[in-house]
Amino acid sequence: MDNQVNTQGYYRPQLPMLPTVFRVVGKIKETHDTWTLELQNVDKTPLPSFHPGQFNMLYASGVGEIPISISGNFNSQDTLVHTIRDVGMVSHALCGLNTGDFVGVRGPFGTAWPMNKLERKNVIVVGGGIGLAPLRPAIYHLLNNRDDFERVAIAYGARGPEEILYPNQIMEWRSHLDLMVRVTVDAASASWQGQVGVVTTLIPRLNIDPANAAALVCGPEIMIRFAVRELLQFGLTPDDIWISMERNMKCGIGFCGHCQLGSKFICKDGPVFNFSEAEQFFKIKEL
Amino acid sequence: MELKVLQLDQLNDLIQVLIMDDYQLIGPKVKDGVISYDSIKSSSELPIGIIDHQSPGKYALQNIQSSRFFGYTVSPYSWKKYLYPPVQSLFKVNRNGKGISFEVTNDEPRYAFLGVRGCELNAIKIQDKIFLKGNYIDPNYKRRRELSMIIAVECFNTCETCFCDSVGSGPEIPDGADIVLTEIFEDGDHYFLARSETEKGQDIFNHLKLNDADDKHVLIKDAQLERVRTQLKRRVQTTGLKSNLMANPDHPRWDEVAERCLACSNCTMVCPTCFCMTVEDVNDLDGTTDRQMRWDSCFTSEFTYIHGGNTRESVKSRYRQWLTHKFASWQDQFDSLGCVGCGRCITWCPPGIDITEELEALSIPSNQYKKGE
Repeated sequence: MDNQVNTQGYYRPQLPMLPTVFRVVGKIKETHDTWTLELQNVDKTPLPSFHPGQFNMLYASGVGEIPISISGNFNSQDTLVHTIRDVGMVSHALCGLNTGDFVGVRGPFGTAWPMNKLERKNVIVVGGGIGLAPLRPAIYHLLNNRDDFERVAIAYGARGPEEILYPNQIMEWRSHLDLMVRVTVDAASASWQGQVGVVTTLIPRLNIDPANAAALVCGPEIMIRFAVRELLQFGLTPDDIWISMERNMKCGIGFCGHCQLGSKFICKDGPVFNFSEAEQFFKIKEL
Repeated sequence: MELKVLQLDQLNDLIQVLIMDDYQLIGPKVKDGVISYDSIKSSSELPIGIIDHQSPGKYALQNIQSSRFFGYTVSPYSWKKYLYPPVQSLFKVNRNGKGISFEVTNDEPRYAFLGVRGCELNAIKIQDKIFLKGNYIDPNYKRRRELSMIIAVECFNTCETCFCDSVGSGPEIPDGADIVLTEIFEDGDHYFLARSETEKGQDIFNHLKLNDADDKHVLIKDAQLERVRTQLKRRVQTTGLKSNLMANPDHPRWDEVAERCLACSNCTMVCPTCFCMTVEDVNDLDGTTDRQMRWDSCFTSEFTYIHGGNTRESVKSRYRQWLTHKFASWQDQFDSLGCVGCGRCITWCPPGIDITEELEALSIPSNQYKKGE
């Protein structure tokens, strides 16, 4: 089956609703309700290349299919990495898969973080909760091409210390001298030595020049709303801010209609939007 | 192509030629008290002498003792039922001890649609934009569309609910039909004027001995179409419509219409352009799964479900999504309106909500709007 590339330069499968069979080759428990699955194509063909910020539709056969962002290193040619939080029927089935089990994969779909537009800029990555997962490929890109960027900061917030995603990796990132890593939790017991407070409180204290800065933001919608407000106050313009949105999706290709917000399909016009374009989403209740 | 005369008894010849040519002929017939688009084997099955009365929340058929074949306006069903079926199998999941596999079965029928109205052909062209003209293509839709033959029939009547003219999609038949027919009753003569518009249509015409029409026929045809146009009473004011809807998400009329709307999704089910769908697994006890695509509606509560709840909880927000999509955001997405003025959503709305009336009320500035206007 010959597949093509669409006008955005992204993968365009000929049978866009037909998944490919993948096998779970690794499973990591991240938090009490979040797992990372490593997947390999059963027929060993190389993966279509993806861009940081894109997602796949993961299909637990007999249960259903949901959009999950790609959270691994996009240089990897043979293994797909997805971090999934067990919150619904399909995510529960996916989190219940074990090494050797099968899963259907369609994708990659959607828009990507604009990595080339960030070059020679200060980059602020703002993540909340599981929102770090779709940001991780962007962070890998920043680290792999560190010289292309000015100062790089990661501001990450979780609800509690036990909910921090990729804690070992965050520790490793903290050891990079050319990377600012700030972590906070909404609430913690006395044993927590770190910062307490919502993620927005980290932004004004970043030692970064906002005049030449851009930000990538992903997390719960309420967190995006306040993080953007804080970034604007910090001195960024709407054009400097990119966010990643989430909506119900049944297809990933603009056919099912579920993910519409105003004139946009989150699946194909997003999930990554420049904030100047996404501002409207936050202005109308129940849009 | 030039205009031909198709005599009354040649209508059945046309049907037989299509069937001989391996088309599954779908046309209008009376079924379950409505005009249904269904499998047709001969012209005697057509709704001879039947007209339809449609008004907000009401539908009735009447036998007017005429020999007219296409006196009705539009069926509650649209051709979408065939080109984009309500339930489609995407693939089957087979499981064995070693793993799973996904099996696609495509066996698309070859349809000939007889009696496609101007508004309906425009609706098909709108769905073409969604499924064929974007970055992704629906291969099943593409196949069905390529195989199908469209025989459009110009309207002779209108219903109270029709408003095609004001949204630019009728009553004339747009480009895209293979054959266009006009049923004529003139001075006791009953016949059809026929024009083939594609090679596919011409191939069918080659099997029929059709005489050329003359200038008189052209005049009769044009006069009939103009008479139909003047019958259209309902209108939508499309100028400034998009910007007005986009600018008024909090117009008081949304609350008012939400009080009447049952969120039953009838309007989206009868709409010939609505394309929303969901995908479900149908699991069999034999261990196989059929993955099916089904029509869905933005009026259902779970339509916007993500963990933590639905992003459109209120009926107001769902109605607003539907109407704003049809008349405003659709223009950004597909460069046309999402409405062809067929009036089905008005007829089949249980409380009889009339979108033309809602749009008019929404065009009144919020601060000047008085409830119940």
